[in-house]
Amino acid sequence: MDKQQYNISENNFEQCIKCTVCTVYCPVVAVNPDYPGPKQAGPDGERLRLKTPSFYDEALKYCLNCKRCEVACPSNVRIGDIIQSARIKYGKSKPKLRDMMLANTDFVGTMASPFAPIVNFSLGMKPVKYVLDKVLAVDSHRQFPKYSSQKFVSWFKKHAEANQDAYPHHVSFFHGCYINYNYPKLGQDMVKLLNAIGYGVHLLDKEKCCGVALISNGLIGQAKRQAKLNIESIRKSVIVNSMPVIGASSTCIFTMRDEYPHLLGINNQDVRESIELATRFIYRLIERNQVKLAFKSDYKARIAYHTPCHMEKLGWAIYSTSLIKMIPGVDFVTLDSQCCGIAGTYGFKKEYYQASQEIGQSLFDQIESAKVDLVATDCETCKWQIEMSTSAKVDNPISVLADALDVEATMKLNNVELR
Amino acid sequence: MSCIENKKYDVIIIGGGITGAGTARDCSMRGLKTLLVERLDFTAGATGRNHGLLHSGARYAVTDGESAGECIKENMILRKIARHCVEETDGLFVTLPEDDLSFQSTFVSSCLKAGIRADIIDPKEAIRLEPSVNPDIIGAVRVPDGSVDPFRLTTANAIDARLHGADLLTYHEVIGLVKDKDRVIGVKLYDKHARMEVEYFAEVTINAGGIWGHKIAEMAGARVNMFPAKGALLIFGHRVNNMVLNRCRKPADADILVPGDTISLIGTTSSRVPYEEVDNMRVTADEVDVLIREGVKLSPTLANTRILRAYAGVRPLVAADNDPSGRSISRGIVCLDHESRDGIAGFITITGGKLMTYRLMAEWATDMACRKIGNKEQCKTAEKCLPGSDLGADTTTPETPKSGGQMAAKGRHGSMAEKIASKNEYDNSLVCECEEVSVGEVEYAINELHVHNLVNLRRRTRVGMGTCQGELCACRAAGLLSNSHKCAERAKNDLVDFINERWKGMFPIAWGETLCESQFTSWIYEGVCGLSSNQETKESQKDEI
Repeated sequence: MDKQQYNISENNFEQCIKCTVCTVYCPVVAVNPDYPGPKQAGPDGERLRLKTPSFYDEALKYCLNCKRCEVACPSNVRIGDIIQSARIKYGKSKPKLRDMMLANTDFVGTMASPFAPIVNFSLGMKPVKYVLDKVLAVDSHRQFPKYSSQKFVSWFKKHAEANQDAYPHHVSFFHGCYINYNYPKLGQDMVKLLNAIGYGVHLLDKEKCCGVALISNGLIGQAKRQAKLNIESIRKSVIVNSMPVIGASSTCIFTMRDEYPHLLGINNQDVRESIELATRFIYRLIERNQVKLAFKSDYKARIAYHTPCHMEKLGWAIYSTSLIKMIPGVDFVTLDSQCCGIAGTYGFKKEYYQASQEIGQSLFDQIESAKVDLVATDCETCKWQIEMSTSAKVDNPISVLADALDVEATMKLNNVELR
Repeated sequence: MSCIENKKYDVIIIGGGITGAGTARDCSMRGLKTLLVERLDFTAGATGRNHGLLHSGARYAVTDGESAGECIKENMILRKIARHCVEETDGLFVTLPEDDLSFQSTFVSSCLKAGIRADIIDPKEAIRLEPSVNPDIIGAVRVPDGSVDPFRLTTANAIDARLHGADLLTYHEVIGLVKDKDRVIGVKLYDKHARMEVEYFAEVTINAGGIWGHKIAEMAGARVNMFPAKGALLIFGHRVNNMVLNRCRKPADADILVPGDTISLIGTTSSRVPYEEVDNMRVTADEVDVLIREGVKLSPTLANTRILRAYAGVRPLVAADNDPSGRSISRGIVCLDHESRDGIAGFITITGGKLMTYRLMAEWATDMACRKIGNKEQCKTAEKCLPGSDLGADTTTPETPKSGGQMAAKGRHGSMAEKIASKNEYDNSLVCECEEVSVGEVEYAINELHVHNLVNLRRRTRVGMGTCQGELCACRAAGLLSNSHKCAERAKNDLVDFINERWKGMFPIAWGETLCESQFTSWIYEGVCGLSSNQETKESQKDEI
């Protein structure tokens, strides 16, 4: 009989054999007794919700969507997806004004950039923090990322775009909100690194925020619209122009590869494999002997790598760490892979702030005792959290590579000649 | 109130299935001094081994109009008196391309004749109402089917009987009837826990032993030709459908898919079994194949849905002709006055019928007993709500329960859930995670619902009925039982029995995740807990394993 050859339910919840290892790996369970844990919130709860949706438990909002449960699961159950889908399907609490402001990174970034010095100054002021805390419930302990007065896109168009066609190879760059509004230097480092190995960098036709914050704040309609627009632009780049799409943020890349089809129902099958992190892209070029890197002989640093949760889920930390280890002057420190606690906009919210810091505490301790010059990580929100909670400076591996890179020697090694 | 001391009753009811419990309720409500005796646990026989279908009667409308009429009347009564046991899902009778669509009009007119609402609806509308149905259907009729939890229903009847003064003795096996010439005047019992024989006396003894009633009647010197017809069913791991699905054709194998609580059930098969085998039903590979093959026609998703268990029950039909399948036998109620039939006074057999008509069966048997005793009270079981379903107890929209466990408990016990302790973290912590059964609920069941072992507990609370099949909950529940009984050894033996009983149901469908999970369970219990399966099972605890 051909029946019963395999059991496939939505998100594989039937595959759960109740081993509970997901709950052991959940960073929230350890600090918040109100959260039922991934097993109960996920596959167990799903079964009850199929009976009647009133079994939906508002405590599912405590889920960080870190997906560490999915990484731990030996049975391939998409526990995090079950929980997020249930929030989307059954969640009754409407997003607050605060949630909309935190989620709309594009809109807020666009408004803030022209007034960056004022915005940055006031966001650091005690009275402003007090008002944010009391009126919007954004925790007053939280430090905001600084806004940049010049957006990455403006810089790129002014200083870099013109000569990109001259390179022999080409990629599209999904810069994301953080690089564009807060930290254009990372985008500049990306262009520097890719140009040095012979790759011209191009912007997508249209780019919107990947939508991760919209999803986690329950703004699903808007997330879907932005996802569709991004995937259309990516499709044009990959299929029409034969340019893969790379990024520097593990969360943006993860969202576009996996959350789009799993949570938003956006089909990306035809382009999914061509959306990746720059570190993986570059590492695989090196592995295939298509590219070589040369580093400055005087570069010296003790660097620890922090694995962001979505990086753990992607299974790609090895690419970033391998690249950093290629730099001769680096004294590399491996940190335990654990959640830093911020989980995007989660840690900004007053009601989660304490849990957020408790989750990250052992990571912060480990970083302090490692006595490093720098912590490298592929996620911008991990960077904010670690910089706020430790004395360490944090940077993206792309910036680390760009700082250590001997540009001229690299171009020579790769025979890069501009047309 | 208890008469156990002087051992003299108006009526003794043999059998702790739904018929026995219902009869005990009716008798005690009419003021009779009542004793119910059961050789194992409540619902241990056919009552706990069926679809849990709240028949509208539509299934019998064409072949057995009388049964159909009884069904729809009882259906409407149960919706009222047993709200916490019933889910008003409605049902569809669907016609597949391979079925004869002309049967539909015969079906609908027979339903209407029996008083059953039957609306022909557009197949597209049927698919919209129940997305899991086979999309190829060419016809659909909507009827007032539903699902009923036979464990809850029996428990509620037993509790109500107790509230009206009845005594209930489980694990008391009838080993003989006490006779005075041609009159049955009492029962001789073996108390399996105390391991001793006891006798109780009554003016009337009612045999409600289901298929086992055959033997009880023999003890009285009467012959009731029972027809043991085995029916096998499969339980799927989660709810696939929210409406009952039937095939619109003459009743055949595996043509009903019923949603019940957190799961869905497909069944049944029908095959004659020798009487000697009724205590040892096993589901065969052929039966599993038929159930899956036919089930997939009703709902294609069953081909890939995890199966939790297979089980079989024995229908207590009364043989009337030489029908080899037992299918065309009337499911009608048989109430025998052995005084007029066989010259044996003080003895009644109530049998035939079905879960749906248990209340009517109880009414008939109680009416007969009352005539013999000279009691003139009228039956009130159709009007008075069962405990848990009393007015004001709204089980569909609970008032903001504090946890999923409390909500699940309310679904299981109706308004009786108020008795479940939930004042602190310990009370609310979960014993069974799949079905959300709390420590408080388990303790309530142990104290109030005649729970002696884990199998009893499962029937009262759903502990161990979820996808883990006892993997995580059984040892926790055994711990609570051990506290209550103050005997770790007994709890340990009980745990072994329970795990083996769970495996028995998994064995016929042990593949894929179910096999994986049972392997994991054995690692936990054998590997981690060091529990071995060769421990001697005490007769007193042995249920129908």
